[in-house]
Amino acid sequence: MAAKTMFEKVWEQHLVAEPKGEPTLLYIDLQLVHEVTSPQAFEGLRLTGRKLRRPDRHVATVDHNVPTTSIADRLVIADQIANKQVAALRKNCADFGVQFYDVQDSDQGIVHMIGPELGLTKPGMTIVCGDSHTSTHGAFGALAFGIGTSEVEHVMATQTLPQEKPKTFRINVEGELPVGVTAKDIILDIIGRIGTDGATGYVVEYAGSAIRALSMEGRMTICNMSIEAGARAGMIAPDETTFKYLYGRRFSPQGLPETAAATDQRALENRSGARPSFALGQNTTGRRDLWREAVAHWRTLPTDPGAIFDRELTIDAATLAPRVTWGTSPGMVAGINGTVPSPDSVTEEADKKSYARALEYMGLHAGTKIEDIAIDTVFLGSCTNGRIEDLRAAAKVIDGYTVSTKVRAMVVPGSQQVKAQAEREGLDTIFKTAGFEWREPGCSMCLAMNPDILQPGERCASTSNRNFEGRQGRGGRTHLVSPQMAAAAAITGHFTDVRNWKFSKGAK
Amino acid sequence: MDAIKTLTSIAAPLPLPNIDTDQIIPKQFLKRIERTGYGEFLFYDWKRIQEGPDTGKPDTSFVLNKPEYKDAKILITEKNFGCGSSREHAAWAIYQFGFRVVIAPTFADIFFSNAGKNGILLVKLSEEDTETLLKRSTANPEHKITINVEEQLVTDEQGFKAHFEMDPFRKYCLVNGLDDIGLTLRYEKDLDAFEAKHDTEFWSTPKVTA
Repeated sequence: MAAKTMFEKVWEQHLVAEPKGEPTLLYIDLQLVHEVTSPQAFEGLRLTGRKLRRPDRHVATVDHNVPTTSIADRLVIADQIANKQVAALRKNCADFGVQFYDVQDSDQGIVHMIGPELGLTKPGMTIVCGDSHTSTHGAFGALAFGIGTSEVEHVMATQTLPQEKPKTFRINVEGELPVGVTAKDIILDIIGRIGTDGATGYVVEYAGSAIRALSMEGRMTICNMSIEAGARAGMIAPDETTFKYLYGRRFSPQGLPETAAATDQRALENRSGARPSFALGQNTTGRRDLWREAVAHWRTLPTDPGAIFDRELTIDAATLAPRVTWGTSPGMVAGINGTVPSPDSVTEEADKKSYARALEYMGLHAGTKIEDIAIDTVFLGSCTNGRIEDLRAAAKVIDGYTVSTKVRAMVVPGSQQVKAQAEREGLDTIFKTAGFEWREPGCSMCLAMNPDILQPGERCASTSNRNFEGRQGRGGRTHLVSPQMAAAAAITGHFTDVRNWKFSKGAK
Repeated sequence: MDAIKTLTSIAAPLPLPNIDTDQIIPKQFLKRIERTGYGEFLFYDWKRIQEGPDTGKPDTSFVLNKPEYKDAKILITEKNFGCGSSREHAAWAIYQFGFRVVIAPTFADIFFSNAGKNGILLVKLSEEDTETLLKRSTANPEHKITINVEEQLVTDEQGFKAHFEMDPFRKYCLVNGLDDIGLTLRYEKDLDAFEAKHDTEFWSTPKVTA
């Protein structure tokens, strides 16, 4: 058999029909639903008298619109139109039989946070959501992509989508990432290299030793921003890191209880420093060990040696530095030690125009050192960087310091689970002591649909994914950075190279 | 949605690349639960003076505020139009404002799909051909462009003629104004058979109960 890419394997395992001269009909294993892109889809079903074909393959939550201030503010949203939209989702889920995690639920959070947390997201699945950052779930070796509302309705009614087969693009990030350089810097670097349309029409597989060394949180950050390079989806091969993350989660396949022999074996492996195997369940009762079977299947998914991609790119991780966007597109990015570029530095006429417009909007001049750019606001959160590891990394930077008097800084954990975990670890105390606001979970200032918005001219160091004009509020100026870089900027009041950071007391 | 076969109209030029869906329809209009009423919010921020606090004063230099382009059914722009957010509200706003065709060298994937589902024809022309039409519509707001879907041709009164690619199935749907879900349900037997087998492959099945 011909060598296949991981994408091709997942694609082929979901083919429902391949009618001649028409797009392929692809089966969708899971659709995630939120309040903003679903009301018109549910309404469409009502108008045509259709039902959800598979309510058990749908999960809904509220994230885009919810205030992050207090429980009371979230239960009844002051913005009447937003409140009506959230109420519509509540009613639609009840009417159509969809599992719904409401604002007060301990599993509520940004839709791309809760899928992995609950173990809904698994290798080899097809996952969609009416949100472009659905690419996040590709970190588990799932084929996951964002869709529009008409397609949301299509999946509700048929559990399928007609799709043209995308091309494949492998990006190899090889070598060791320098200290202070993160997954966020890798993906910002990639977008800067290939442009915001550099992967249009492709599914990107991120591979290489630097990717394999990343935690699931880091892998999700990378896949999350695939759409910012125009990619249909991003994927990373499942491995022991993936299995370890998924083991024991609510919707993960359940293993059988371990035998005493298996427990002894695991203890031995742990002592010797060997990686624990997550397929240890012993079938002593004649029942199926679903975890073990699932892991065996997942191990067949990675790209075969010799498989051919339509395009490949290799990046040396050791050469990467912390990145800061300076413009109004995620591809407008510089190194922390760099300067704001001039429109003359690009050759294409269209790019010159974009650069000039971006500089004017951002209130910046060519030649300004990135480290000299002062900020007013820090936003730490979003489906890109609102996970526990992001909060830990930022807390480590600010521990023992105080937020600059000129800066307003806020942390919005990506989910209730992240918030609860951070509070168990005492991270909330570190943030609050330093002068950060500690908020309730949601999308918040990433897209500023809720009350968390920038004022005109305000400049923000943000761990989110888009720096488009007005994204965080009309006239607001967004610079995309990693959580560590956002934390350092909060303390100093301007962009600061976190590689030279003097960690204060008790930093572990 | 209406079927499109041919269209002749003046065109509004928007000569910028990478126009994202946040610009096409800003987030504050995504809170509505209706499918209509988005036309007036198309390019909301760009239609208003952007300097200083929001006074709501129109920016008369912006092309969609110019009375001479009021009747344009064609929008011409540069590469990577519709990038960013998957919001279908962007397609709804473009259609409900009155545009039926967008001409550009390239489009972002999700926007491309959303436009097709809403009867908007996206015409991909080369950068050079796009530039020619941008210049002509900028120089002369009355410059008329004709799109012939059957023949996949863009022409104008000054002898411009360019062929554009179109997926035959997409063309069939557009010309006939077909409902996608209805089309998929032609394969319901295949779907039933696939699902019966696939459901036993437990790793794919969330089995979520409300």
